[in-house]
Amino acid sequence: MFPAILFYIFSATIIFSALMVIFSKDPINSVLFLIFSFVNAAGIFLLAGAEFLALILVIVYVGAVAVLFLFVIMMLDFNIENIKKETKKFLPLGLFIGAILFLEISLMIYTPEIFSNEFKIIGKYQISNLSNTEILGNLIYTDYFLQFQLAGFILLVAMIGAIVLTLRHRDYVRRQNISNQINRDSKASIELVDIKLSDRGKNDN
Amino acid sequence: MSFIISYIVPLLIIFLQSLLVMIAVLLMAYFGIYADRKIWAAVQLRKGPNVVGPFGLLQSAADLLKLLFKEIIIPEKANKMIFILGPIVTCFVALSSWAVIPFAENWVVADINVGILYIFAVSSLGVYGIMMGGWASNSKYPFMGAMRSAAQMVSYEVSIGFVIITVLLCVGSLNLSDIVIAQKNLWFVFPLFPMFVIFFISALAETNRPPFDLPEAEAELVAGYQTEYSSTLFMLYFLGELAATFLMCAMTTILFLGGWLPPLNIVPFTLIPGVVWFMLKVAFIFYLFSMVKALVPRYRYDQLMRLGWKVFLPISLFWVVLTASFLLIFDIAP
Repeated sequence: MFPAILFYIFSATIIFSALMVIFSKDPINSVLFLIFSFVNAAGIFLLAGAEFLALILVIVYVGAVAVLFLFVIMMLDFNIENIKKETKKFLPLGLFIGAILFLEISLMIYTPEIFSNEFKIIGKYQISNLSNTEILGNLIYTDYFLQFQLAGFILLVAMIGAIVLTLRHRDYVRRQNISNQINRDSKASIELVDIKLSDRGKNDN
Repeated sequence: MSFIISYIVPLLIIFLQSLLVMIAVLLMAYFGIYADRKIWAAVQLRKGPNVVGPFGLLQSAADLLKLLFKEIIIPEKANKMIFILGPIVTCFVALSSWAVIPFAENWVVADINVGILYIFAVSSLGVYGIMMGGWASNSKYPFMGAMRSAAQMVSYEVSIGFVIITVLLCVGSLNLSDIVIAQKNLWFVFPLFPMFVIFFISALAETNRPPFDLPEAEAELVAGYQTEYSSTLFMLYFLGELAATFLMCAMTTILFLGGWLPPLNIVPFTLIPGVVWFMLKVAFIFYLFSMVKALVPRYRYDQLMRLGWKVFLPISLFWVVLTASFLLIFDIAP
């Protein structure tokens, strides 16, 4: 009973904060609600006994992706009225993507027989008493090794693409050369000069 | 009745255990501030706090009372909700990580399978408190401090992650007690010494300790993200930062210095209880933190980013591969 109560609390907060992401006026509030819903999703993973996935969700999405998200949104200067107008233009596209996502998820739930092969592989581990971290490791690095490598490769391509798009050599930017700075010593930067003292001091006395 | 026994009683026990851990952490923070100031003073040939109480031991209590009774000032143009939430998040996150730290054998509130991941996940949330506070202050210096802090913490988390992976490769478990027990014969600080150094420096950067305290560099940014904070809210930031610092000391102890294990497994050492060894090691690491604060000048911001991304990241990644290959070739992987 206790897990059931927790489940309803978590899922209600997820739905509430997901709605607040869309409807809150300030973009910063939207991002903070997004983060809140991520954390609650991690709670649901924990209830399902998938502690590894829950913590990876927090580390990757909350600890890294959403930080950069917040970072960018804090630095941008938004005009909320303009964004509201733009939203209406993109509404059909958003609905279309949402419908596809919904269709995919319902396909997975209502036609489990197309994943029978996957169930067989996962079932192999269910009888062993490994922890779910170890099972996940076995699945990713043994059974689905090729797919995992492919996913990593796609990410690498995306990363290189992003670097290529943003890397420009600007000649007018001044850069610090660290090794030059470290190699500089007192001999190179301080010059001791003997100055001939004038005899003005004597005359003043 | 059965409902009370199966749900309410365990909850109460967990609550009391958490309370105990929290009191212990707050006491650590209390004496941590004092030790920090005394060490810093000793390095500079000053006396440090010595007026309030014997040897100045009550100085932190006096500061605490002073902060509690001050007025909370919230800037007029600040986003009030997020302004108040910021320090609370920092403090909450720093304290909740302590739930999985084993102080001695079986002395742990939550002995979960993925303890180290839990700490990594929860401590990565600490950056939100600082960002929220810096942004909500609606002022330039706090905002710049918050931006610096966010970039710094995200950068150094990467190398901390790789160091943790190296240790995990040698242990074969994500449970913190298992990590300590795996060091029964040899503390990891010896075979993995370069990783220990990287972890130590990254821990300094992750907790915004000097010489990496750029988010609050007073010469450039007044007081960084906490410029607009006063009273209890300021104290929460302060406490959160100290709790996070001690958490990093505890992490270093568990990952590299054998947690609650005595240095040698022979009679005079084994008579002393594990929790004392654990606290001694934590205190030693904190002493090193304080010495670094007193001895090393502050880094420049670009040097800090360079150190994180161009020096630590490649070295730690290389060590992950090296350790993995070593364990595989000699067939000693757990």
